Amino acid sequence: MATETLSRIETAPIPVTVIQPRRPFWDFELGHLWEYHELLFFLIWRDVKVRYKQTALGVAWAVLQPLLATLIFSIFFGRLAKIPSDGIPYPVFAYVAMVPWQYFANALAESSNSLVASQNLIKKVYFPRLIIPIGSVMAGLVDFCFSFTILIVMMFHYGIRPSGTIIFFPVFLLLAVCTALAAGLWLSALNVQFRDVKHTIPFLVQFWFFMTPVVYPSSIVPPKWRMLYGLNPMSGVVEGFRYSVLGKAGHPSQLIWVSAGAVLVMLFGGILYFRRMESSFADIV
Amino acid sequence: MLSGIAIRSEGLGKRYTLGGGAPYKTLRESLTGIARGAASKVRSLATGKSEDNSFWALRDISFELKHGEVLGVIGRNGAGKSTLLKIFSRITWPTEGRVTIYGRVGSLLEVGTGFHPELTGRENIFLNGAIMGMRRAEIATKFDEIVAFAEVEKFIDTPVKHYSSGMYVRLAFAIAAHLEPEILIVDEVLAVGDLAFQQKCLGKMSEVSNSGRTILFVSHNMAIIERLCQRAMVLHAGRLEFFGETEDAIKHYMSELIAPGESEGHVFDLAKASHRRSNIGPYLQRMELYTDDDAPVLEGIRIGASLKVKVYFDLPVPTRSFDMGLAFDDMFNQRIFTAHSLFEPDRYQGEIVGPQVFVCEIPSLTLTPGIYNLRIWLDINHVEADFINPVARLTVLESDYYGTGKAPWNGIFVLKHRWYVEAPSVIER
Repeated sequence: MATETLSRIETAPIPVTVIQPRRPFWDFELGHLWEYHELLFFLIWRDVKVRYKQTALGVAWAVLQPLLATLIFSIFFGRLAKIPSDGIPYPVFAYVAMVPWQYFANALAESSNSLVASQNLIKKVYFPRLIIPIGSVMAGLVDFCFSFTILIVMMFHYGIRPSGTIIFFPVFLLLAVCTALAAGLWLSALNVQFRDVKHTIPFLVQFWFFMTPVVYPSSIVPPKWRMLYGLNPMSGVVEGFRYSVLGKAGHPSQLIWVSAGAVLVMLFGGILYFRRMESSFADIV
Repeated sequence: MLSGIAIRSEGLGKRYTLGGGAPYKTLRESLTGIARGAASKVRSLATGKSEDNSFWALRDISFELKHGEVLGVIGRNGAGKSTLLKIFSRITWPTEGRVTIYGRVGSLLEVGTGFHPELTGRENIFLNGAIMGMRRAEIATKFDEIVAFAEVEKFIDTPVKHYSSGMYVRLAFAIAAHLEPEILIVDEVLAVGDLAFQQKCLGKMSEVSNSGRTILFVSHNMAIIERLCQRAMVLHAGRLEFFGETEDAIKHYMSELIAPGESEGHVFDLAKASHRRSNIGPYLQRMELYTDDDAPVLEGIRIGASLKVKVYFDLPVPTRSFDMGLAFDDMFNQRIFTAHSLFEPDRYQGEIVGPQVFVCEIPSLTLTPGIYNLRIWLDINHVEADFINPVARLTVLESDYYGTGKAPWNGIFVLKHRWYVEAPSVIER
């Protein structure tokens, strides 16, 4: 008995938990979040696994959506409206933007609804609630990979070779994920209390789409408005994708720095707000 | 295995706001709350004005629980039991006070949480295990054991949406039962599955409690509480009323439960009864108890004596379809017997309205001596209209039922019976 006690204490020191009404707002408990990384993994895995169950086309949906949208944009904006595309064939120009945009739009819709959709869990089990929106933002990356593969095929077809700028690609992907997460944190926490959020999402996504240089290049925005324009982090993401993947001449640095700054502020504020509301989720969801 | 304190609760309290109030105000509050950051105490003072539409689900809960103890938590519905467990399992935050927990907490508040119908049994074991706080490696080692316990070997690779409800619940409980936290929180999970499976669950519970784990156990079943717990706490209206030996706690709870307080001898004023659930209206007005020769029931009735229950009630609208039920429960809330007007062949069939008296006569109440709780309900058009539980306490007094001078003491009821020696063989002298 005594040895058992000893070995138990040595192998697993018992964790001490203090439950109090309020925690300091600066304590993000990131270490605590790490303790639950396996759960995060399982939630992502579940979302991915379940997403295309009982659909006839399955994973093809991940590719069809941006592809069809690109087709329509190429006809109406590229051919008919003759919108400039910085010297890149219009379909590639639009599709390279559609890949991160589609990811963002889906992640936004999924994550904003994620807490409400997981109310069963929230009301019954403890885990850091941050895991839920993080999980739904990450799960979208699987679709992203599929649609990105098509981008590579398309570049081959148009004979575009990636240049050395491709090494910056992960940075812009991270920027896209952070943007989706930042918006997801705000909207999911707000949605717990105000179901109005659900109704604003389609409008928000549409509005955001036209604020982002997906179907047009950011170069048509007058220079004096460029900084303000960059406050939409997705414009930095989209221009960053074009820059890093297609090796488009001209580094859109200013825009990207503004976007990166905007993301940081949004994300930090989102975490603060989320943590603030976290304690009441189980009571009001 | 572990020694020392497992849970220490100091002045714990939880306040809920009713109705939600104006959401706009809460949003503004939250935003200003962020702006103010640490000055959050100001905010809680500012919200003090909405005191009238908030209530304390728990207040001033302080106690200590040592490792290895099995603590029963008892109390009426709404006493705060679930809120307490929710705070300990960190699902909800307390409004005041502080809890220190030494060890991992696992909760069986609700089994099957996070099951996804499209995933197979195998996949759900891993997912649910992770949700309940198990490591992947831990689940993998216990996987076969869980599947065997749940008896779903054949269907382990079938999506759980094709499972029968019994299989579903068994699988869910099996995962929960294989959690091995230092502190386990259990809330009425034994109400699931068929009888055989319930037995199995009880066995598992005893096994867990014998292994030196700390358990917090909520149940309405006093027999199980008595069997599993060394100590128990009684919650009443959010306050800790009693904390001590299980036996004393149950006595305390019972005395609170069976003291409706509105009784005057054999007459019970139901209009003021507090333990009621009125779906349509509080129609039941008054109840009177009589025994042999229409004598009022004062201290109790003798074994085998008659019981006449007169119920006064008032119907505002005319109806033909009304029924009344009267049930007898023992001290452990086990149903002993139900007298229902549905079983009456010669019932009055006409339409009634206004004040009524409904009488139930039991020619001979053959229960063993003890205290019984009565509950009563009125159904109108086969829907429960008014329900009071407990409505009264009935004492069955020791008496010479068999006419031998010996009072029966054992079992639930008495039954006339004979013993005789058939064709006695004796030594002839």
